[in-house]
Amino acid sequence: MGLSRRVGFFSGLRYHGGSPMWAWMLHRVTGLAMLTFVGLHVIASFFMQQTASDLATSINTVYESWIFQIVVTFVVIFHGLNGLRIAALDIWPQFQVYQREALWLQLLIFAPIYGLTIFILIQHALTGS
Amino acid sequence: MSARTVQPGFNFEYLMWIFTRISGLALFLLAIIGMTSAFALGARTQVDLPTLMRWTFFPNPNHVVNSNIPDVTLGWANGFWQIMQILIVFFGATHGFNGLRVVVEDFIGPSLWRPFLRGLVFLLWIFFLIAAIYVILAS
Repeated sequence: MGLSRRVGFFSGLRYHGGSPMWAWMLHRVTGLAMLTFVGLHVIASFFMQQTASDLATSINTVYESWIFQIVVTFVVIFHGLNGLRIAALDIWPQFQVYQREALWLQLLIFAPIYGLTIFILIQHALTGS
Repeated sequence: MSARTVQPGFNFEYLMWIFTRISGLALFLLAIIGMTSAFALGARTQVDLPTLMRWTFFPNPNHVVNSNIPDVTLGWANGFWQIMQILIVFFGATHGFNGLRVVVEDFIGPSLWRPFLRGLVFLLWIFFLIAAIYVILAS
């Protein structure tokens, strides 16, 4: 039996998958965001190193702004912790019955790490160091 | 239309499934090695947090050239770190482009576009690896 692929974006959002569905979606979105960010960054660094291109340099200076860093740290920390949860539940599949609890544990670990990161980033931005 | 068909058994999909887990854990390990080595090399007193983060995820002296590393020749730039960077780039790029392939194939399903897009992702992966390893070896 095949699944229908003709599902629009908003009807897909109405599917009551709960928190694991949101984690799955965020994992894909953050993964693609990281691929775009790292890919552009490496290509820009290549052209900055080889041709000292102005476009490449301006792309790389965007990455140093504190607003961009707040977004990037969210993307990296979320994707990393979520991947760790997925890998752990795949290695020990008997804990799959506790997958919602695992998600809560993941959020409990995520909150202080990300909170500390944005605290330091905003503190740096405000003091101008 | 049917969902993405996956053959059971030891094949490409299974291999990449395993590789995604192993490379994800390996990236954690490499980041931890990068961060602890940076602390051991004196990052506690010499380096601010953004520089430490850049060193953690891509330990390249070029990568932190706008940050506050006082003297990169003091144990910060040698063959060991080049090998670490090549490992990070290989695991990260392969993990990421395989993820892109999975997302693309989830969207299009089994169609005539699939080998074409798979080849495109493969070419992007090769191009990215060559550019990144060139940056590492040239810096």
